[in-house]
Amino acid sequence: MSEKDYLPGAHVPDARGYFGAYGGRFIPEALVAAVEQVAEEYEKAKTDPAFTAELDALLKDYTGRPSPLTDVRRFSAEAGGARILLKREDLNHTGSHKINNVLGQALLTKRMGKTRIIAETGAGQHGVATATACALFGFDCTIYMGEVDTQRQALNVARMRMLGAEVVAVKSGSRTLKDAINEAFRDWVANVDSTHYLFGTVAGPHPFPMMVRDFHRVIGVEAREQVLERTGRLPDAVVACVGGGSNAMGIFHEFIPDTGVRLIGCEAAGEGADTPRHAATLTKGDPGVLHGSRTYVLQDEDGQTIESHSISAGLDYPGVGPEHAWLKDTGRAEYRPVTDAAAMQALRLLSRTEGIIPAIESAHALAGALELGRELGPEATILVSLSGRGDKDMHTAAEYFGLYDQATTESGEGN
Amino acid sequence: MASKLSSALAAAKAEDRAALIGYLPAGFPTVDGGIAAINALIEGGCDVVEVGLPHSDPVLDGPTIQTADDIALRGGVRIKDVLHTVAEVSTAHPGAAVLVMTYWNPVDRYGVARFAADLAAAGGAGCILPDLPVEESEEWRKAAGEHGLDTVFVVAPSSKDARLAEVTAAGSGFVYAAAVMGVTGTRAQVGNLAEDLVARTRATTDLPVCVGLGVSTAEQAAEVAGFADGVIVGSAFVQRILDADGDDVAALDAVRALAADLAAGVRRR
Repeated sequence: MSEKDYLPGAHVPDARGYFGAYGGRFIPEALVAAVEQVAEEYEKAKTDPAFTAELDALLKDYTGRPSPLTDVRRFSAEAGGARILLKREDLNHTGSHKINNVLGQALLTKRMGKTRIIAETGAGQHGVATATACALFGFDCTIYMGEVDTQRQALNVARMRMLGAEVVAVKSGSRTLKDAINEAFRDWVANVDSTHYLFGTVAGPHPFPMMVRDFHRVIGVEAREQVLERTGRLPDAVVACVGGGSNAMGIFHEFIPDTGVRLIGCEAAGEGADTPRHAATLTKGDPGVLHGSRTYVLQDEDGQTIESHSISAGLDYPGVGPEHAWLKDTGRAEYRPVTDAAAMQALRLLSRTEGIIPAIESAHALAGALELGRELGPEATILVSLSGRGDKDMHTAAEYFGLYDQATTESGEGN
Repeated sequence: MASKLSSALAAAKAEDRAALIGYLPAGFPTVDGGIAAINALIEGGCDVVEVGLPHSDPVLDGPTIQTADDIALRGGVRIKDVLHTVAEVSTAHPGAAVLVMTYWNPVDRYGVARFAADLAAAGGAGCILPDLPVEESEEWRKAAGEHGLDTVFVVAPSSKDARLAEVTAAGSGFVYAAAVMGVTGTRAQVGNLAEDLVARTRATTDLPVCVGLGVSTAEQAAEVAGFADGVIVGSAFVQRILDADGDDVAALDAVRALAADLAAGVRRR
């Protein structure tokens, strides 16, 4: 794969980092120099053949790219017969799409001469990918994770520690992803000379939304080719889950010029978008500033952030990447809320019909695809980003479906 | 006519001393308790006060101010309460300059022009907006200018000289020099970055340069007063109120005493 295949083409933000009305750089003065350094170094790196060659090699030989495209016929039968194709980011090394961005930024960190990496994580997938890259490159690594998330994603906490990272359980605020990001920013302000903040989604101050998207663009570039080769035409729709929105931007981006292809982002509606317990930022939020950029935010009339809720730690976030805000306002993409219940049903359905256990995050996209398939009918082809695998979610799923009790009764090994 | 803020700083300079600037969040521990505490800062000797607008996501604050913000927000503090606090303090102490220190999103959400108008009407002297860099500040500065409000920008040890010139050119009132790289909170040492930053900042502007982040004792205040035009103290005041553990009288006495102590410090240089 050459540089032009996964580095940016169209849809670059303006010089101040705005996609339309969204984006920008709302950061303290202490971080201005560091963020400018990231922007300058990235601009140089992306046209440096040595950088792109090194990243290409890592994506191929370490991550295992290209990731496959899987036809899921038995699952599709439940979606009104529409043909559903899964882009298998769950099969990447570390188990999700997150590694694409992490390897890019890890190489950038090396170029900047920094020796320590910090990151936030919700579901732990970005934290695991970051800890992995730090092990590979020999960086010191600190991961901030909300205390609630360290409990519901305990397996990933163990993975990060096994990889040599320090995991800090953040106890402030809602004790989830938003607060992990706050704490990572606090660390960065204090340690910016030695430390790169390896931001894990397409949010934050410019250039992060553009840069993280560029590193994930490979998802859509590969998938578009694979779908064309497999089916002889473009899909009718591309569906992805959206928390901060990195896997969605990654798979959407290459399809933006294909105006006949619907782009559909599935947000976490928690207990329902019309209840107070959801994370449907684009559906229910308003424009504001959170974590360094102007975007949609779940907020009250005073501009205080409203705590989000989702069964999925990775989507439990009251903000969203600014490019998604722009795609929503321009109408190029649609955003739909998917409840906890719908996502969990889709998780079980894919497991039982295809032998693939998806992450709860990705299950939101699957639920969206089931609904869309029924709307579009059997002639439709729907490409879904299966952004991560579900191993980390087995505890949540086992409790949700009562699997622990079931196993005991069925095996007759009562205690 | 000089702004309220410039006048307050000029008065300190006329006494050949550094100014003392104190910070407390509004609504902490209650709206009325917060007003009394900020009045006590001025009574103790602060020339300028910063009224914090408590925020759900105080990314530039350490644990002390985070705790105070949490208490204020759980107590239901609203922007109107912050403006009410400014009005009460301004009325009680017409000679002191009252600033609001706030993250950007509450102002953005409230309405930029509306916030500037309401702050000016409350008798406020200006704003410090620590997550609004100069590049994003044009709309605010226009509104602030129309209402005679100053906009204080922060500079940091990491700010390069060319950047310092851009920032100081956009600001008014004074320049807030962050003594250290980091979030708010008391520190054992002010550090050697501050003096260099003040010198580099002064090379770009005639505005007074005041130093904050980490200053908590009279000794540190005296040290900073030796090279800066003002000394900014926040977390140490917040900590006094937290330590009083609900005893309002003790809290007021403690912040008034600390302000007096610091006021003596800035006169010792």
